[in-house]
Amino acid sequence: MRCFSADIISTVEFNSSGELLATGDKGGRVVVFQREQESKSQPQRRGEYNVYSTFQKIEEKINKIKWLPQQNAAYFLLSTNDKTVKLWKISERDKRPEGYNLKDEDGRIRDPSTITSLRVPVLQPMDLMVEATARRVFSNAHTYHINSISVNSDLQTFISTDDLRVNLWNLEITDRSFNIVDIKPANMEELTEVITSAEFHPQQCHTFAYSSSKGSIRLCDMRQAALCDKHCKYFEEPEDPSTRSFFSEIISSISDVKFSHNGRYLMTRDYLTVKVWDLQMENKPLETYQVHDYLRGKLCSLYENDCIFDKFECVWNGSDSVIMTGSYNNFFRMFDRNTKRDVTLEASRENSKPRAILKPRKVCVGGKRRKDEISVDSLDFSKKILHTTWHPHENIIAVAATNNLYIFQDKVVGLFIWNSRWGRVKSSKLQRTWNDLVQNCYLVIIY
Amino acid sequence: MFPKGTKRKFADGEEAAPSEAPGPTAARALSSAYSLQRQSLLDMSLIKLQLCHMLVEPNLCRSVLIANTVRQIQEEMTQDGTWQIMTQALSQCPSDRLVASEVLCRQDPASQSPKPVPAALEQTLQEESYQEEVVMEEDSHAAPSPQLSGAPYLGPFSSSWDEEEEAEDEEEDSEESVSEPEEESRTEQVFGTFEIKQPPADPALEELFSDVDPSYYDLDTVLMQSPKMGPYDLLESLSHSPALSSTASCRSDLNELDHIMEIIVGS
Repeated sequence: MRCFSADIISTVEFNSSGELLATGDKGGRVVVFQREQESKSQPQRRGEYNVYSTFQKIEEKINKIKWLPQQNAAYFLLSTNDKTVKLWKISERDKRPEGYNLKDEDGRIRDPSTITSLRVPVLQPMDLMVEATARRVFSNAHTYHINSISVNSDLQTFISTDDLRVNLWNLEITDRSFNIVDIKPANMEELTEVITSAEFHPQQCHTFAYSSSKGSIRLCDMRQAALCDKHCKYFEEPEDPSTRSFFSEIISSISDVKFSHNGRYLMTRDYLTVKVWDLQMENKPLETYQVHDYLRGKLCSLYENDCIFDKFECVWNGSDSVIMTGSYNNFFRMFDRNTKRDVTLEASRENSKPRAILKPRKVCVGGKRRKDEISVDSLDFSKKILHTTWHPHENIIAVAATNNLYIFQDKVVGLFIWNSRWGRVKSSKLQRTWNDLVQNCYLVIIY
Repeated sequence: MFPKGTKRKFADGEEAAPSEAPGPTAARALSSAYSLQRQSLLDMSLIKLQLCHMLVEPNLCRSVLIANTVRQIQEEMTQDGTWQIMTQALSQCPSDRLVASEVLCRQDPASQSPKPVPAALEQTLQEESYQEEVVMEEDSHAAPSPQLSGAPYLGPFSSSWDEEEEAEDEEEDSEESVSEPEEESRTEQVFGTFEIKQPPADPALEELFSDVDPSYYDLDTVLMQSPKMGPYDLLESLSHSPALSSTASCRSDLNELDHIMEIIVGS
């Protein structure tokens, strides 16, 4: 078990193949993990992630990382802090040239008069080195703090979003960006709403969505106008008057918006719920999942200690059948959209040993507390899981709990498939057996 | 806006009595528990707005949400007629007690003369100490790792209010009513500070609080700590604070420049 960083992790992201996992922290460092290749001699080590590359930005904390799909041997990712977006190239070097004519092995220039013969430099093997270099710096386009970046499906452009504006960039051009959304009022004292997140549609390169602090999502088509202030679709659920309080607006503020992989749905996270929206239906969400409704009676305290402003992310699995989001006390929640079952799991060193099975957790709301339950008042609100990511194809998730990264995956042990819940079962006989014992089995690999 | 006659629930499980039709008579009929809770929420929100620039990470979204909450409370109080009552009571109070607005208008403590502000802040603290003391003591236990107490947040608070209500009403009201006309300029100034700026220099703030009577230490600690010292921010501040205070003045200069450039460019 390794704890590799003393800084708080601020973002986690798998690349599009799932081979790499990037994390950014508040100290400005990016660490990239790479999955071990399968090996016949050690089959149980298949799929473990090890540190691949670490690089440090000079500026402040990393807000978001987004990978570009791989096009050649090198890997590219975009990282952003509050003001600036950078494109990084991560490449491997396992050879170096030797035998230059004009300079010696130390790099010092040789005196030409001492050269008596010419030779051809050759490539000699060396220890594998992974280099990360900043290839582009996209700066000076944001007055307010950048909260999200999103790469377009055209692989040529991306958007960066701050509290009041969305800017469109070409990956090749760093000195110019197009402002496509601007909600800054002429008079700042009229400001009542900010942009909280934005994302490109996964297939339609002219479509993007942005969410607001008032709980609405706008879907914009860039072909309609240069400045996309006129949204083409507006998603908002009418307020339920029976639950109205002074905190209604705050808890409706959307902290994350994510398109499904198939491009038909949008998922939004607000303080107490996760909602799945059908892009064809604007007046209400298709599905609403309660993440931690037991907090509804504690909103005043959560307002006082500022926890009500925590920004949780949400994520789809590869097939869009399961959604996941974090909560407090290092809990994270998964919702199966098909079976409507949900589970609460905990990412903590005390409760997890390597290769142990995770036990589902339960929060007791009132009345008698059962043995394994935890009461609402015992929850630790300093332990929050804000950032999670799901492997694009497999049931592997990465969860950031303060300054620890947890990677969970299901595992095939012999012929037994240890996830009877998510339905990837090889033998129906085995499924019955495992269903009796546990609701949900995951192996824990703690880094 | 919610339909008339619908009372908002106070989220901590203490629900208000259903109201009658709003109007001047409704002000008297309002459950006093609800109005006290609403008042305390307003106070808390104003303090949060004041201290926005003291956050380790300035957050425009948070400030906008808090300001909207203040507006909602103000609107409801106007509807119920309680706002007008307070405004009338206010006109008899001398303006030197209206300290909340002055503090809120303070944009950058480093750039303004610190001299009048400590006195003003001391006054604010004195006035609020009766109300806040009991609550803040609870909070100081919770500050290192925010856990919720079993009792609703406003329980002990409202009992201390009952004792001090008559004495405190006037001071409380005086803070309230001035906030209405000045609120807009205050909001603008608060939001105006959100273009990329770094937190202001800590030494200036410590100077501000140095005049305060040590018996209010608990209040100070929490006011200084609670928005700034999140649970793991404590770790951060231990490792980062020396650097922060030395570079903060350079950063604030640079950010002033950014601000000016933005105005010139007109973006």
